[in-house]
Amino acid sequence: MAVVSMTVNGKPVSAEAEDRTLLVYFLREQLRLTGTHIGCDTSQCGACVVHVNGKAVKSCSMFAAQVEGANVVTIEGLAKDGVLHPVQEAFRDNHGLQCGFCTPGMIMTAVDMIRRKPKLDRETIRHELEGNICRCTGYHNIVSAIEDASKRMSGGAR
Amino acid sequence: MIPYPFKYVRAKSLAEAEQLIGRSPEAKLLAGGQTLIAAMKLRLANPSELIDIAGIKELAFIRADSKQVVIGAGTKHADVAGSAEVQRAIPALASLAGMIGDPAVRHMGTIGGSVANNDPAADYPAAVLGLGATIVTTRRSIPADSFFTGMFSTALDDGEIVKEISFPVAERAAYKKFPNPASRYALVGAFVSKTGANVRVAVTGAAPCVFRVPQMEAALSRSFAPDSVASIKVDQASLNSDIHGSAEYRAHLVTVMAKRAVAECQQ
Repeated sequence: MAVVSMTVNGKPVSAEAEDRTLLVYFLREQLRLTGTHIGCDTSQCGACVVHVNGKAVKSCSMFAAQVEGANVVTIEGLAKDGVLHPVQEAFRDNHGLQCGFCTPGMIMTAVDMIRRKPKLDRETIRHELEGNICRCTGYHNIVSAIEDASKRMSGGAR
Repeated sequence: MIPYPFKYVRAKSLAEAEQLIGRSPEAKLLAGGQTLIAAMKLRLANPSELIDIAGIKELAFIRADSKQVVIGAGTKHADVAGSAEVQRAIPALASLAGMIGDPAVRHMGTIGGSVANNDPAADYPAAVLGLGATIVTTRRSIPADSFFTGMFSTALDDGEIVKEISFPVAERAAYKKFPNPASRYALVGAFVSKTGANVRVAVTGAAPCVFRVPQMEAALSRSFAPDSVASIKVDQASLNSDIHGSAEYRAHLVTVMAKRAVAECQQ
């Protein structure tokens, strides 16, 4: 066991973890941040996507120890002072979810793709979503939500 | 899924990584971990120690001129895909990097890790073999033709670390891949390059190890056109057969992907 320290959603955190502890378990079990989901557990579904140093990664496929000293943002870190992030707002307005299980990963992937590609068309959004699987087959509205969020955010909101 | 226990160590320099890997025969290097960690979770890999080389700055770089593109082993797929230098010198290489996995995988996975791991369905081995690249390690330079030796195996010795990969600039090159829709791994991927009369065709995903198709290369050096490979079928006896596709289906895809790659080269 070693103590792993990182910044999560703007707050410094430290917790004991075995070297083999995956980041997703560190977040969910040690920090009780259960918004990050475990879907396939084989790096295919994207329900576990979080941001590490500003980049979307799959937290089921990295160890907490690899993230020592890094800056991590989870779905819980997006809303500020009770106000939803524009991507969260757009998912709500466009009915971009059905059961909601894949949603945290979809939103973290969407925030990352909007940051990297300020101009997004529907085809690009679909390609960028290749690592996120929705089993309610709700892709149509997810794509609409991301397109909408991208337009809202190009107006200068984050 | 939880891996077997192991000890995690972070190496700050290549010299430190070499020293650490040398002292423990059951240790493994961890770069992006996008294949190794999945294998460890399935308990197919059981290293005693992981030496994390992801943070070694001297391994992450891209240098390109009119003759070659040299990429540091620690360079991430997203950085190769997005590199203006690679896009200019060998567009097929940048495009291949942009087809690996998905955006999250490309933020972690490295070229050195992909090549050293030599997964039968990985994309980079096709570019390395298809362009006739050279793998530069801590001990020597290894030509692509003698680097990939079999399923998950390479010419690398214990403790030998890939430092960089040097790709010669080809006149024309293209990569076409039929991905598994969930994992994005290549069910079959074909990389074709042409420089003068020298044509190389490398295929990944179809067999236990990336391989060249001499028959297609010979036909294409006579006449570089999609039709030249249209009737050439690789022997399905040596191909993989699994839930994702039969050997017969893969053999068919090899021809189709090679044809499409040649067509793209001509555009």
